[in-house]
Amino acid sequence: MSFISYLINGISLGSVYAIIALGYTMVYGIAKMLNFAHGDVIMVGSFAVFTIVSTLSLPPILGILVAVVVCTILGMAIERVAYKPLRNAASPLAVLITAIGVSYLLQNVALLIFGANTKSFTSVVTISPLKLADGQLMISGETIVTIIAGIVIMICLTLFVNKSKAGQAMLAVSEDKGAAQLMGINVNGTIALTFAIGSALAAIAGVLLCSAYPSLTPYTGAMPGIKAFVAAVFGGIGSIPGAMIGGILLGIIEILGKAYISSQMADAIVFAVLIIVLLVKPTGILGKNIQEKV
Amino acid sequence: MKRFNKVMSLVMVSAMAASLFVGCGNADAPADNAAPEANNEAAAPEAAEAENGDAASGTFKIGGIGPTTGSAAVYGLAVQNAAQLAVDEINAAGGINGVSIEFKFEDDECDAEKSVNAYNTLKDWGMQMLMGTVTSGCSVAVAEKTSADNMFQLTPSGSSVDCVKYDNAFRVCFSDPNQGAASAQYIGDNSVASTVAVIYDSSDIYSSGIYEKFVSEAANQPFEIVSAEAFTADNKTDFSVQLQKAKDAGAELVFLPIYYTEASLILSQASTMGYEPIFFGCDGLDGILNVENFDTSLAEGVMLLTPFAADAEDELTQKFVTAYKEKFGDTPNQFAADAYDAIYAIKAAGEKAGITPDMDMSAMCEAMKPAMTEITLDGLTGVGMTWDASGEPNKAPKAVKITDGVYTAM
Repeated sequence: MSFISYLINGISLGSVYAIIALGYTMVYGIAKMLNFAHGDVIMVGSFAVFTIVSTLSLPPILGILVAVVVCTILGMAIERVAYKPLRNAASPLAVLITAIGVSYLLQNVALLIFGANTKSFTSVVTISPLKLADGQLMISGETIVTIIAGIVIMICLTLFVNKSKAGQAMLAVSEDKGAAQLMGINVNGTIALTFAIGSALAAIAGVLLCSAYPSLTPYTGAMPGIKAFVAAVFGGIGSIPGAMIGGILLGIIEILGKAYISSQMADAIVFAVLIIVLLVKPTGILGKNIQEKV
Repeated sequence: MKRFNKVMSLVMVSAMAASLFVGCGNADAPADNAAPEANNEAAAPEAAEAENGDAASGTFKIGGIGPTTGSAAVYGLAVQNAAQLAVDEINAAGGINGVSIEFKFEDDECDAEKSVNAYNTLKDWGMQMLMGTVTSGCSVAVAEKTSADNMFQLTPSGSSVDCVKYDNAFRVCFSDPNQGAASAQYIGDNSVASTVAVIYDSSDIYSSGIYEKFVSEAANQPFEIVSAEAFTADNKTDFSVQLQKAKDAGAELVFLPIYYTEASLILSQASTMGYEPIFFGCDGLDGILNVENFDTSLAEGVMLLTPFAADAEDELTQKFVTAYKEKFGDTPNQFAADAYDAIYAIKAAGEKAGITPDMDMSAMCEAMKPAMTEITLDGLTGVGMTWDASGEPNKAPKAVKITDGVYTAM
């Protein structure tokens, strides 16, 4: 019985990683860049919801809408100011370092505005927990909503990328920016759109993260962001279903490792598994092999 | 494949780089936005010659170090505010031996390296005695420096054993082991529970220090530790496993020698899973009621070992709480009380030793060391506090219980 309970806890932690990983993998898959500020955009989204719902006492749905708008604008602004000018820089490291810089900038601006005091987030999910086996097992409402949201987002993203015109443009840009431009695709616009969608997803991820783990500080997004990045690599970075699977597997491994091996070693176990998976299958679980062009 | 390998190695390198940075806040915000305003007119002319540490100015220069930004800012700000309050009171009443005090506080963001930098900055300013640092890890790092310089150091709240391992360093709070032992004794003596689980942070010196002493003292007590689970700084959002194990082991009480941010998550996750043990913590839990928007009903019945309760009836506490609220608009926590006592302990020892501002820091330290062991201080965190040469305070532990959303003395 306790094994099933650990498994459920693992899925609920994993579902949070998965929903963050979707944003990571989306941006990486199209723009081929690691947006390390993604975790902090999540934090900004959570603070937006916190301000609307807890400070101004407005309905949660409005909070979520505001968070999505704020994060979308923020994501596009970051892309325009910090990433776009470096897109053609000699070293791909430049934009990576800028991303880390943006991450710290966001953390410290949040620290200035909201202070270091921990804030307790009121869950926006009102579904009561699902009780199984006479209340021995419990699946929280947040977990149910997070998993459903993750699957819906995964399906919508896949359809959008494969079926819509803008999605096709994204695929073209991710294959070859130069050729896409020659074919009349607005490369800058497409990448900006990618960041807008990725950041809107971050806002939703932030709401669900803080609903499941209701503690909000300027550093809230940092560690889940890193873990979700690992999940995205684990599932095959660039692959949308891969992010979902990678996230949930990572959560399950983490919780089972904690429960049956050592609660101190949880992270060591997670990262050891990552190394093994990458050694065996360097592209991750669902990653595609990339053929080197000659 | 070649390009792919490149991308992959980049990914791994950046992941490592990023994980190195995680957790260490990098605020460059100026920490001294409020404190240095205390410079009174007497100090101004001497400021220029106070360059190399042994300034012959007409004031005592006391420095303070602690996190005023970052995740532990609550503690640093409380210490900064309360120390400033004490300094202002002492100056208004004529200072130490008739000489007023200048107080300057530097931010260390709870980072040992930045703390040492802050110490060097304060030394350049001309600091003669150090009231700091606020957190244990930083305090241990700075103690190495103060010992080498022979600078008198009094930490208000650095509770790990090594904070006072040199003879120039003293502290106001209990050491971690003493808190662990006192908690175990309290639980045993008052028969609070017979089965106890512990959830602690194995990556934190404060938490693991208390945990170790708690376990060794528990052997002499009439309760049993049925589960002891750890977490680490990088893995502190999900506590479902630790709580599940405590629940499965049938623990009536969960001992939380951790800080309040994680504790607030533990309380809410325990409530979600329908587990209602008694929660018992140490001074790190102080502040849980100040978590903004926190549902305080979750903390109902939580017990903690703390030297200070803002609702205590005695005159000294009431006067301090009123003055603090008036000036900073906030109820002081025990870190504030520790800092307030620290400044008054420096005053008492300084008067005993007969220090004068023209002494250099080493001579002052030599005079302060024996004087600290001779004073008796009736402070906010204990009546009749004394110190011994090891740097540890002697005072009685107190416990409070959260009832109706406020700390209630027990």
